[in-house]
Amino acid sequence: MDAKDILGLPKTPLPIPQEKKSRPQKDSQRKPDGISREVYALTGGVAPLMPSIDVSQLKRRPPSDEKITWQWLPFTSSARKDDLQLYHWVRVVNGVPPTGDYSFAKYNKSVDVIRYTDEEYEKYLTDPKWTKEETDQLFDLCERFDLRFIIIADRFPTHRTVEELKDRYYSVSRAILVARAPSPGEVAGHPLVKEPYNVTQETERKRALSMVLSQTKHQERKDAEVLAEAKRIDESRMAARAAEEPDLPVPSDVGPESAEGAVGPGDTISPANVQAPAAAIAPSTSVIADNASTLASLRMLRVYLRTYALEQMVQAASSSAGLRTIKRVEQTLQDLGVNLKPKVPTKAVCAEHLELRKEILTLLNLQKQLQYKEAEGSSFRDGSYGDMPGTAKRSQRAADQDRTFVPDTISFGGDRVVKREQKRKGPGRTSETPSSPAGAHKRPRKMKASDL
Amino acid sequence: MPHTAIEAQVEDGGSASKPQRIIKLSKTTDDSDKKGTNKRVKDIEICVPIVYGTIAFYLGRKASESQSHKWTVYVRGATNEDLGAVIKHVVFQLHPSFNNPTRIVEAPPFELSECGWGEFEIGISIFFHSDVCDKHLDLYHMLKLYPEDESGPQSTKKPVVMESYNEIVFPDPSECFFARVQNHPAVVVPRMPAGFSLPVLAPVENTNEKGRGDTKDHPLSQWFLNFSEADELLKLASARQQLRIGMLFACTDF
Repeated sequence: MDAKDILGLPKTPLPIPQEKKSRPQKDSQRKPDGISREVYALTGGVAPLMPSIDVSQLKRRPPSDEKITWQWLPFTSSARKDDLQLYHWVRVVNGVPPTGDYSFAKYNKSVDVIRYTDEEYEKYLTDPKWTKEETDQLFDLCERFDLRFIIIADRFPTHRTVEELKDRYYSVSRAILVARAPSPGEVAGHPLVKEPYNVTQETERKRALSMVLSQTKHQERKDAEVLAEAKRIDESRMAARAAEEPDLPVPSDVGPESAEGAVGPGDTISPANVQAPAAAIAPSTSVIADNASTLASLRMLRVYLRTYALEQMVQAASSSAGLRTIKRVEQTLQDLGVNLKPKVPTKAVCAEHLELRKEILTLLNLQKQLQYKEAEGSSFRDGSYGDMPGTAKRSQRAADQDRTFVPDTISFGGDRVVKREQKRKGPGRTSETPSSPAGAHKRPRKMKASDL
Repeated sequence: MPHTAIEAQVEDGGSASKPQRIIKLSKTTDDSDKKGTNKRVKDIEICVPIVYGTIAFYLGRKASESQSHKWTVYVRGATNEDLGAVIKHVVFQLHPSFNNPTRIVEAPPFELSECGWGEFEIGISIFFHSDVCDKHLDLYHMLKLYPEDESGPQSTKKPVVMESYNEIVFPDPSECFFARVQNHPAVVVPRMPAGFSLPVLAPVENTNEKGRGDTKDHPLSQWFLNFSEADELLKLASARQQLRIGMLFACTDF
């Protein structure tokens, strides 16, 4: 509207066709309710010249020469075995009600459960573990519940497992089929005959399934690690065997045996004690596998130096880390006053050294993850709640944190255990935020070596 | 006397090289019990802690342009015990400017003395008895003649000592080896696995012409460094503790 003012165009709209009730002139200058003025202006700022759909056309129906009535009539269903008569609304065309069976009767399908005669039972179907009565009951239930064995197992009077019931049913049916068939070749194609039910296999399978389903995430991870390790051991063995002389004795690692145990029936309790490394906080699967395969490859050597072993283990542990991370690990070691290569590399010292390195790696990884999370969080907050001063400070602080966090956080002063009271931030932290006008520099400094 | 034995091996850089005296150890254990070498003890590792390095003395008045220092390179047991039960011979690879730069020492104490002026990397190859391991181990050590702080004249009394500690690990030792070194002071052997029976062995005769193989009373033993794992363990433990505290604070920081 303002644009028209500026342009000097006339404000009055074009004349509206007479099909609609003529509107007063004023309406065109008023914006319609329901949409904002700007949106209305986008569409031209005026009411549409011609309606696109003729509303009166919408309710029209094709003219029909039939007389349709709806009647409340009785009906029967072929699916029912009794003669129950029920009533429902029926669309009657020209006085003629529809014919045919109840439309849903065709869905009444059931299973063909083979029923045996008593003589057949005597001849073919006796079993030491099943009485005739039980077998009869089983077959009744099967027919009643359409071979839904879970329900049948529930309803069965004596306590039997689903596998036992299935076994009895399938073996009986199979025996009957074979017995009744004029020649064995004719029934050979029948699925019951072709693939007999295997009880033991089924029991095992279900047990394995339940074990797999009930595995915790922890166990799943361990299984994956063991499998990866087994693969690596196999690969290294292949390589070693190719390189070594024929009389190389095969080392009996704990690894592949337990891996086989895990893979085989798939239902052994996951070998939690296979891996020696006590990796702490969410290490990646490949790191564990690397460690174990390094141990294995060391054992393949006839002789090695302790320092060499340590180097290999360190390499394996840092395999997932980039060069910068490794440099940071070494820097941290130096800050802690630890030699990068131990002066007295005994077995115990090397183990401790390795553990220390792994812990440093974990710490650095955690820090990195926290950094990312903070960065994500702050950018999210910036986008959605831009106006709140509190959160702006917070995100600013987070940004500061990102910058100063990594190098300074783990500055250790000499040998003393450092008190870090000024760094301690309790739950009351957020309440401090709004009161500080310049939140950024209020953030306490990270403990530096010079603080001591 | 071990001291004289060392002197005998010293060669003048200028004069024609004298052949090395080859000293052979008794081979009774090597030939017999071949069966023992094929059967291995599983899941047990035998560890031999060693120290290797150099000690160099400034010759002072006797020094010349080409021979300013007298040095000894050696491999000894970390507790100065005799390594002859494990090591058959050691090959020291010297700088090519030396005559016969490949020096073989066939009996403990495995050491070599020389005179020279330059610092270079010495290759040390350790060969084991046949029932121990048929692969040899290669080490490298930088010969150091000049002390860290270059202040003042060099002393002829105080040598420059560079030693490295390491451990030789045999992951799946043969039963023969295992049995032989069960109670050897130079070797760290874990307890016998249950149900393990020792093979019967002929006793080892030590026909070492040098006399003792251990370095406990070695003339240079006063300069040997002390390697204590306790210190290092302590340091590592305290480092891990500090790290945990750091982690705690880092995590609560959010």
